[in-house]
Amino acid sequence: MRRAVFRNPWLPYALVAPQIVITIVFFFWPAFDSLRLSLYRASPFGDRLIFIGGGNFARLFGDPAYFRSAATSLGFSLVVTVGGLAVALLLASLANAKIRGLALYRTLLLWPYGIAPAVAGVIWLFVFHPSFGVLPYLLSFVTTYQFNWFLKGWVALALIVIAAIWKQFGYNLAFYLAGLQAIPGSVLEAASVDGAGSIRRFFAITFPLLSPVTFFLFTLNMTFAFFETFGLIHAVTQGGPGDATSILVYRAWKDGFDGLQLGYSAAQSVILMLLVIALTAVQFRYAEKKVTY
Amino acid sequence: MTRSALSVLIAAAILLTGVPSTSRAATEIQFWHAMTAVLGERVSDIANKFNASQSEYVVKAVHKGSYPETLNAAIAAYRAKQPPHIVQVFDVGTQTMLSSGAVYPVYQLMKDHSIAIDWNDVISPVRGYYSTTGGNLYSMPFNSSTPILYYNKDHFKKAGLPDKPPATWDAVESMAKKLKAAGVKCPFSSAWPSWVLVENMHAYHDQPFADNRNGFDGLATTLKINGPFGVKMMEQLSRGAKESWFTYGGRLNKAEALMTAGECGIFTTSSAYIGNLTRASEGKFTWGTGPLPRLAGFPQGNSIIGGATLWVMRGGKPEEYKGVAQFFKYLASTENQAWWAGVTGYLPLTNSAAKALEASGHYVKNPNQKTAIVQMNAGKTTPNGQGIRLGNFNSVRDTIEEQMENIFSGSKTPKQGLDDAVAKGNDILKEFAALYR
Amino acid sequence: MSRGSALAHGILVASIVLVAFPLYYAFVISTQSLDQVTSLPPKLAPSTHLVQNYADAWARVGMGRLLLNSAIVALAVALGKIVISLLSAFAIVYFDFRGKQLIFWMIFITLMLPVPVRIVSTYQVVSVLGWVDTYWGLTVPLMASATGTFLFRQYYRTIPDSLAEAAQLDGAGPLRFLWSILLPLSTANIAALFVILFVYGWNEYLWPLMVTNSQEMRTAVIGIDSLIPRTSQLPEWNVAMAAAMMVLLPPVAVIVVMQRWFVKGLIETEK
Repeated sequence: MRRAVFRNPWLPYALVAPQIVITIVFFFWPAFDSLRLSLYRASPFGDRLIFIGGGNFARLFGDPAYFRSAATSLGFSLVVTVGGLAVALLLASLANAKIRGLALYRTLLLWPYGIAPAVAGVIWLFVFHPSFGVLPYLLSFVTTYQFNWFLKGWVALALIVIAAIWKQFGYNLAFYLAGLQAIPGSVLEAASVDGAGSIRRFFAITFPLLSPVTFFLFTLNMTFAFFETFGLIHAVTQGGPGDATSILVYRAWKDGFDGLQLGYSAAQSVILMLLVIALTAVQFRYAEKKVTY
Repeated sequence: MTRSALSVLIAAAILLTGVPSTSRAATEIQFWHAMTAVLGERVSDIANKFNASQSEYVVKAVHKGSYPETLNAAIAAYRAKQPPHIVQVFDVGTQTMLSSGAVYPVYQLMKDHSIAIDWNDVISPVRGYYSTTGGNLYSMPFNSSTPILYYNKDHFKKAGLPDKPPATWDAVESMAKKLKAAGVKCPFSSAWPSWVLVENMHAYHDQPFADNRNGFDGLATTLKINGPFGVKMMEQLSRGAKESWFTYGGRLNKAEALMTAGECGIFTTSSAYIGNLTRASEGKFTWGTGPLPRLAGFPQGNSIIGGATLWVMRGGKPEEYKGVAQFFKYLASTENQAWWAGVTGYLPLTNSAAKALEASGHYVKNPNQKTAIVQMNAGKTTPNGQGIRLGNFNSVRDTIEEQMENIFSGSKTPKQGLDDAVAKGNDILKEFAALYR
Repeated sequence: MSRGSALAHGILVASIVLVAFPLYYAFVISTQSLDQVTSLPPKLAPSTHLVQNYADAWARVGMGRLLLNSAIVALAVALGKIVISLLSAFAIVYFDFRGKQLIFWMIFITLMLPVPVRIVSTYQVVSVLGWVDTYWGLTVPLMASATGTFLFRQYYRTIPDSLAEAAQLDGAGPLRFLWSILLPLSTANIAALFVILFVYGWNEYLWPLMVTNSQEMRTAVIGIDSLIPRTSQLPEWNVAMAAAMMVLLPPVAVIVVMQRWFVKGLIETEK
């Protein structure tokens, strides 16, 4: 714990004031409002507000569709995260040689990070288009199966997963490359002198040494897949077909904005909030433990 | 002499240069709508025509997004105490508006401003849908349509079918099968799956959609779409999906993309699609229209109205409402009604307008625009055919379409899918009803 | 070239091609005419309608205004957040004051509630303030989370105490210290944060969708939604792709130009 350096009766308050004000107005106020609203049944125009306590939550937990949505969110996030990290790690390991132009490669791989998920979705939407897209066209030479993602849930999910992994790929790769480059060559050389084969070396030494990077990327990708893919889903599948791509955050938005059921939507937001708190608390404690100053 | 001549000259100069009177600025009226592309331009046109016809009021037509987005914008604005004066709300939002307490009923508005409108001249399906039990209209009819059938004449020729639309669902099936055999990618499809294939089909065959006379006698809390008619309808469509003569194209009006691309042989959707289809098909393919197909063994009903109406929101100033009343009076004139229906393809909302269009030979030049009118006139108006008015109808419709997708993909049987739609739908309806107990 | 590094080059090039292909394909589509778009087999070489399509996309959605709005949001969020985070982190690390722990947790708890979760209520708050459909409503709520503060705090904690002590001995006050010493040291972090926040502000989808109603206030990412051929419009994917290209260019350019600081900064945040 560092020793504070400056003493001043009012300056620190002035310095934190902008952030605190914004935090109170745009974080705490809405958060409490969400909490409050989740206990009510609310009419769209605000003319009726009926207190129903845990009624919205009971309705959520009694609805198999809600659990399906949670399962979809979790499954989708895990596939995007694990799939994305595995591919990135594999490629980074194979590419981890002392080669020139690494910085250039990195740049050329990182730029999809700048593409909005919704825009990525639109591009993939066209690549997958049943009538004009290049992918179904190529696949039609291999199989007569109709990749109609309006009707087939798994096709729609696959489309979203691919677009999401594609978007995150360069970012994950860049991190793994940096992490691998940071491992002292001496450690790996010592292991090979010991007679360890390259695969064993990888799992016994490299992978554990990369665990901070892996952990960081894991939480980041999970958060991305859980929340940031909203734009992707809204632009491409709108939660369909059926409810195949209806992830939790999309549901919460849809029930609130399309369905105008504000209390019900707020209850969903509260549950998401608890989920995120749990996730962040775990990450914080792990990160703080690992770091020494 | 020179002085009066000078003042005459000055007055003339002012009139000629059109310098507006600076004593009073025109009152602005905010009109929020959800029309895009060609239809959006027509909305701007009619607002501009009104503005040019007088100088006291200026109607500002603002596109606010899709129908749900426009409604949400109005709600947010209302809660922030700055509502628009006029907002276009789609049919499924009717009950939400009626229950809200935030509207200034149109019949009341016109009465308060002593403007006589012949409400009896409004065509009965529209009048029946948007009025309360007293027969008074709460919102101003603006753009109404009903679903009809479209068919691609070129594909029909290719499949060796006569140039006549199918009149029954059995005919649709046999024709679609022939189209499929001839290599048509999308033999039959439909946009607005719930609106056309469930809501309209029930009314078209005099079947109830929900209790309480589809919500007209009181807030409905039970859907009735899983009866023998509903199941039979879904069974045929599910068979079509399995046998690939029915190509499902997505919710809402997504499937129109298939018809626009010229891929479909037979297609059902709103009569308002005529304008877009005309533009898209020009030089590419020829098409025709016909009434909706019927399912054998069920009575005759009528198709129901879709589209939107204009609602007036409370919270404005008296002089602004005077302007709104004037604008509505302008809209309601036969000349403007006929113009609007003619250029958009929406139904003419008054009998006078319909007669005027007929007399001007408009339907001779645009025969497809008459199909919807003929269909409505040929139907029988029954209690089940007046319309459907449900709270949270947007969510209910979405639920139904979600289950339809499960049925068409084969993961649920028609009965199971409909039962699930009813269960979830009832839940949503009861939530809304609980607000206004 | 050794076998190892040849493989490495090969893999990296293959990855680049894989990653770039969808974008290349989108670019090709954006240069085609409508007929070419709808005909199979798909062509992989650019065609000649580039200017036409881009001009079309530009005119149809008022792309100039959309891009301007996105730029305003991205810059305001990036700069605004950098300033307030820097000041807050400075106060938290270098001062001792009553309520510091509480304020610390108040700020960091915002990391636990991303915008999509509090979206509906934030909208109510913004409409009460009358900020719906305004630049204020678009930018300020996006400044409420603590990522920047976290970054600066971690970084400041690694700076040796001796620096601050020396400044105090020299008679410099806290603000002087901040301006002359801390700020120059922080440039790498500021640059990295700028890239992250600019991209974030430019690409934010859900919040601008909710808080804007009129086309004039929309940002580019959602403004191009009407160009996506959905329903009864012609399948003008060429125009849609032209719009997509215009929208993704600025944030990608920022990343490419500033990528050195970006990666450095990202590596710092994970510590």
